[in-house]
Amino acid sequence: MDAAQPRPMATSAVASMLKDALGSALVALGLAVPILALRTEQNMANELILQPRWGYVGIAVLAAFVGRLLYLTAARAPRLPRPRAGLSTAAAGNAGRIFAVAGLALLLLYPPLALTLAGSAGSIKWIDNFGIQILIYVMLGWGLNIVVGLAGLLDLGYVAFYAVGAYSTALLVHNFGFGFWLCLPIAGIMAAFWGIMLGFPVLRLRGDYLAIVTLAFGEIIRLVLINWVPVTGGYAGISGIPRPTFFGIPFNASDEGFAAVFGLEFTPLYRTIFLFYVILALALLTNWVTLRLRRLPVGRAWEALREDEIACRSLGINTTNTKLTAFAIGAGFGGFAGSFFAARQGFISPESFTFLESALVVAIVVLGGMGSQIGVAIAAIGMIGGTEILRELDWLKRIFGADFEPTHYRMLLFGLAMVLLMIWRPRGLIASRRPSIFLRERRAVRAELVREGHG
Amino acid sequence: MASPAAPLLAVEHLTMRFGGLIAIDDLSFAASKGEITAIIGPNGAGKTTVFNCITGFYKPTSGRILLALGGEPPAGEIDALTGSGRRWRHGAAGTILLLERMPDHEIAARARIARTFQNIRLFSGMTVLENLIVAQHNPLMRASGWTLLGLIGARSYVEAERRAVERATYWLDKVGLMERADDPAGDLPYGAQRRLEIARAMCTEPALLCLDEPAAGLNPRESSDLTTLLKAIQSEHALSILLIEHDMTVVMEISDHVIVLDYGQKIADSTPEVVRNDPKVIAAYLGVEDTEVEQVEAEIAR
Repeated sequence: MDAAQPRPMATSAVASMLKDALGSALVALGLAVPILALRTEQNMANELILQPRWGYVGIAVLAAFVGRLLYLTAARAPRLPRPRAGLSTAAAGNAGRIFAVAGLALLLLYPPLALTLAGSAGSIKWIDNFGIQILIYVMLGWGLNIVVGLAGLLDLGYVAFYAVGAYSTALLVHNFGFGFWLCLPIAGIMAAFWGIMLGFPVLRLRGDYLAIVTLAFGEIIRLVLINWVPVTGGYAGISGIPRPTFFGIPFNASDEGFAAVFGLEFTPLYRTIFLFYVILALALLTNWVTLRLRRLPVGRAWEALREDEIACRSLGINTTNTKLTAFAIGAGFGGFAGSFFAARQGFISPESFTFLESALVVAIVVLGGMGSQIGVAIAAIGMIGGTEILRELDWLKRIFGADFEPTHYRMLLFGLAMVLLMIWRPRGLIASRRPSIFLRERRAVRAELVREGHG
Repeated sequence: MASPAAPLLAVEHLTMRFGGLIAIDDLSFAASKGEITAIIGPNGAGKTTVFNCITGFYKPTSGRILLALGGEPPAGEIDALTGSGRRWRHGAAGTILLLERMPDHEIAARARIARTFQNIRLFSGMTVLENLIVAQHNPLMRASGWTLLGLIGARSYVEAERRAVERATYWLDKVGLMERADDPAGDLPYGAQRRLEIARAMCTEPALLCLDEPAAGLNPRESSDLTTLLKAIQSEHALSILLIEHDMTVVMEISDHVIVLDYGQKIADSTPEVVRNDPKVIAAYLGVEDTEVEQVEAEIAR
């Protein structure tokens, strides 16, 4: 409470805290008894027997009591008055810059670092599953951030553009024999084209209605991919997509391969490291373009559109074109990511492009803080890295028994993390907005003032 | 239209129906260049609907809204444009435009009409300066080569943005918000938000500025400041202003010409002095006298 007030915490305050915690424990008890206390099991004679599990109930109640007490204590702890966002942001801006530079350096050094720490056999997993996988989602998050974070248009079908990019690459490779580097820009353009195709019919829709129609669009693309068997191969997907080459030098064991040309011993590691730098470059390109666009009239118009569409029109901004460019550019980056995904996997099928993927990318954008580039990157690392970490937790089997499978708890943990984050930071990890231009001093805009967009 | 000034806006036989409700009924009036024209009337008289028709937010049911940038056009040109189905025409005396055929953003961009809103519509999460830069979207968009030149950091765009900031600071100075340039617009006090909205509209370099109740919610001092500001803008920038206002002190002080609406029809159209003493206007605002009510009741009973 107020730091100026005398110290001694009144006994009445402690009592009220205890009472509050006791209340939480009671609620936990009420919930735990029907859910946890009794379990039905079959015995040897195939009869259902009740197995009491009061220990679990006790744990749940105790956890609720202690947790609530700790929370209340933390909430009561004297706290320095929070500086109003906007006063000390010159320093905050510097800290952000240092953070960004450090992060970038870490990313550039990540493959050699993994190599030295985990050895050449162990590092593939770290570079591929953690590095590349996370960077793909960082890029998707940044691409969708243009549509959702800046323009305020809630798009639940973003995976459709990812799919368009991946399938464009696969089909161009198979039908015309194009290489990855030629497919990449074409895939982006194709995805941007489909972004406009989706944009046109949904221009008039706002909020929930827009979300539903974009969701449907994502499903349409997926169903077309499944059912247009002669072209897409249906569920079987398309395989044999060639991997990216290093300026024409393929990564294989042949005499013309990367290892042979550079006089190295062949290992698949080189390709993985190369792919890591490719996706890193693509993601950084997305970031650079987004940051640049934010300071151009289009980017400002997107943000103005999110703030107030009617005011935009009264100032002569063509909101139709503005929305379409947001859809097209966001979709284009999704297409680039899809193209990379196809080339990295070498095989694509409709199962990689389900609604869950869209939901995941939207969750990354929302949790990161809509419009914040660093927030989105952190959220992607947390969400995707978290999933991958679960695969590494085999030692938990020693505690919980051999049939314990940590990855099964993925969605549960996701849900929990989201609920906690939305309580703690309802506008995402980094919610304040950085102005695109300033006269004397750049001061961040508090999250409460920034609108989320309605259409 | 006895006024010697050249006509700028001519609203002719404007009708706006919402289903069975006739919000505006065969309304005709004109606003002259360089003058302040006020539209007043009791609540629900259709004032804001007229504004929304002029600025393109509503499509009128029928009628013609003609804007002449550059002076009185020959009658033949107007008829030719009306018959042609086109939206504007570059004539001898300047461009003439038929606003009822144009979408809202085109009216703002091409017909150079800017407006403010009864319930302030600022970009509250953007800074004061950003609000004024967004208002200059169209010239900046051209300067940025529809983003391509801007993306590579072309000098012409950097230069254009510098000029945009200059214009913004000019207007910030004018409305006294220089100190708050880097604050979020949503943080400003109410009166400052009203002024910022006017500054934002002026950054589009309008020929006609439509203000929807600019003095609403202001205290007497603020509204007297507003009057001074509007007068200054009007004289320094050869601006025409169309104004909806309930605050009669403001209306009487700054208007050159007052139009009174009641139930979607025009009941008076003259100088402030004449309108103030018009019995029909007084009746519309204050209701009719008791004796007249009796008279009306007697008529109904008959």
